[in-house]
Amino acid sequence: MKFWPLIWSALRRKRVRTFFTLLSILIAFLLYGYLAAVNMAFRLGVDVTGADRLVLRHKVSFSILLPEAYAGRIEATPGVVEATHASWFGGIYQEPKNFFPQMAVEPEGYLRLYPEFLLPEEQKQAWLADRTAAIVGRNTAERFGWKVGDRIPIQATLWRKADGSSTWEFNLAGIYDGAEDATDTTQFLFHYDYFNEARAFAKGQVGWYIIRINDPARADEIVRRIDAQFANSFYETKTSTEKAFIQGFAKQIGNIGAIIGGILTAVFFTILLVAGNTMMQSVRERTSELAVLKTVGFSNRLVLGLVLAESLTLAALGGVLGLTLAWWAIGRGDPTGGALPIFFLPPQDVLLGGGFMVALGLLTGLLPAVQAMRLRVVDAVRRA
Amino acid sequence: MGTDQTLVRVENLHKIFHRGSERIDVLQALNLEVPRGDFLALMGPSGSGKSTLLNLIAGLDRPTQGAVEVGGERVDRMTESELARWRSRHIGFIFQLYNLLPVLTAERNVELPLLLAPLSRAARKKHVQAALAVVGLADRAQHYPRQLSGGQEQRVAIARAIVADPTLLLCDEPTGDLDRKSEDEILALLQALNREQGKTIVMVTHDPHAAARARRTLYLNKGTLSAEPLA
Repeated sequence: MKFWPLIWSALRRKRVRTFFTLLSILIAFLLYGYLAAVNMAFRLGVDVTGADRLVLRHKVSFSILLPEAYAGRIEATPGVVEATHASWFGGIYQEPKNFFPQMAVEPEGYLRLYPEFLLPEEQKQAWLADRTAAIVGRNTAERFGWKVGDRIPIQATLWRKADGSSTWEFNLAGIYDGAEDATDTTQFLFHYDYFNEARAFAKGQVGWYIIRINDPARADEIVRRIDAQFANSFYETKTSTEKAFIQGFAKQIGNIGAIIGGILTAVFFTILLVAGNTMMQSVRERTSELAVLKTVGFSNRLVLGLVLAESLTLAALGGVLGLTLAWWAIGRGDPTGGALPIFFLPPQDVLLGGGFMVALGLLTGLLPAVQAMRLRVVDAVRRA
Repeated sequence: MGTDQTLVRVENLHKIFHRGSERIDVLQALNLEVPRGDFLALMGPSGSGKSTLLNLIAGLDRPTQGAVEVGGERVDRMTESELARWRSRHIGFIFQLYNLLPVLTAERNVELPLLLAPLSRAARKKHVQAALAVVGLADRAQHYPRQLSGGQEQRVAIARAIVADPTLLLCDEPTGDLDRKSEDEILALLQALNREQGKTIVMVTHDPHAAARARRTLYLNKGTLSAEPLA
């Protein structure tokens, strides 16, 4: 710590240059943090999905429905503990831009399969007791200012009612929270029974199945066994782990991870050049000062350490400010206004960001630090 | 060889520089003894090797041949890290252009050598205040170099050189960039350090007026030392 004034004063030497370098590092880490949240959103929390959950859909397309009667056959498959189903509703609340996932589900089965959805017991009972009731995740409830007891009208885009109307009204019975940051709290869930009875067509058909298995290590074997049962039928199935299912879903949009990785590589490479150049210039301008330090007894290794500490300080300061700003911006909501089900700065990316700061500091400081270490006092004083 | 009273002993010192294919013999078989408590002025024309000799005594450069001994230690045989440690304990160096760090206050500049010593912050502060008081700048501790005159800057540099109580003070044209009044002040200060505190000083200078303040003067010409200037 006794060398800190020396490191800090070196950074303050050219304040404008340090400020702009700091700003560029800050922006790089702001971008990194924000894109990490976007990446996580597109992976839909793939890293935290239940390892014991499988998803079964129609082999050809996610949009082709499956018979409700498959449930019994799926549950009878060895290795399967329980199965439930969900159906995509895809309605509009007030305006098309107000997107959030709406699904018809079997309430009890769905909540058992997704224990990470935390719903107060009295709200759960209220939902079960009212066939036209729905529950919603905290994220969506806060987005639209909904409270328990509100009546929520949803305009169907596909699922007209048998009576010809396309407005579905639901009593909001509960608001669930997520057990983890990565839990999706945007879903709007309502009774499948009510939906099935009231819809005009496709009765008895569901969107997909969610299956709990007894041993995640045997997932491949169970998947094969389930799909084999429905092979060569009109409703052939494709079962996968929930993780693979979500990855596949995200890939429909594009390889977001690769795109983000490409952007960040370009950004960090540029920053490496900018900060590296700053450090080189800074050391070049201080040759006589470094010579003085060596004259009074600073060892080569200590001079190397001081220059590295300087570049590390610059990288850490810019990085921490950038990630803090990213955290703040992410906290204000996702850029789509709530359409991304999960939007937060993952802790593992914060840790990785810390690693990037150290790497950036070392890489940008190494060359000037070695130059400073090798500086010969007599040459430096002569040059000055 | 000299007595135990000899602080600096230089024997058969050679320093050769190469500039392209040209060989420059800056110092040739040079011998020198500086007793403890001496104030020696080294004079000579430009390029005579005065600063080179000073750098060799300070361990800032390596001789081509010969021995440099300070306080009984062979400087020319030390490794770079040993030299750094040794300099921090035994050498105070004063440059012609003061070479203060412009981003540090006078106090912080003077503190630099003490950062290498196992001293608490309070102890460092005490030493710094004492050194600044010796050079008459206790009231300028918080000033930056740009807020000081040339003479004051050099006095801060002297405070930095003496703050760790080194065995030997090496001064490379310490008054070369000063007006006459400031020069007199600096020379008086160096004299006081020599006479009152017993500091051994080797000073390189062009200026006979400065050399006159030393206890003795040696002349360096064409790589060799003599007691008298060449005619």
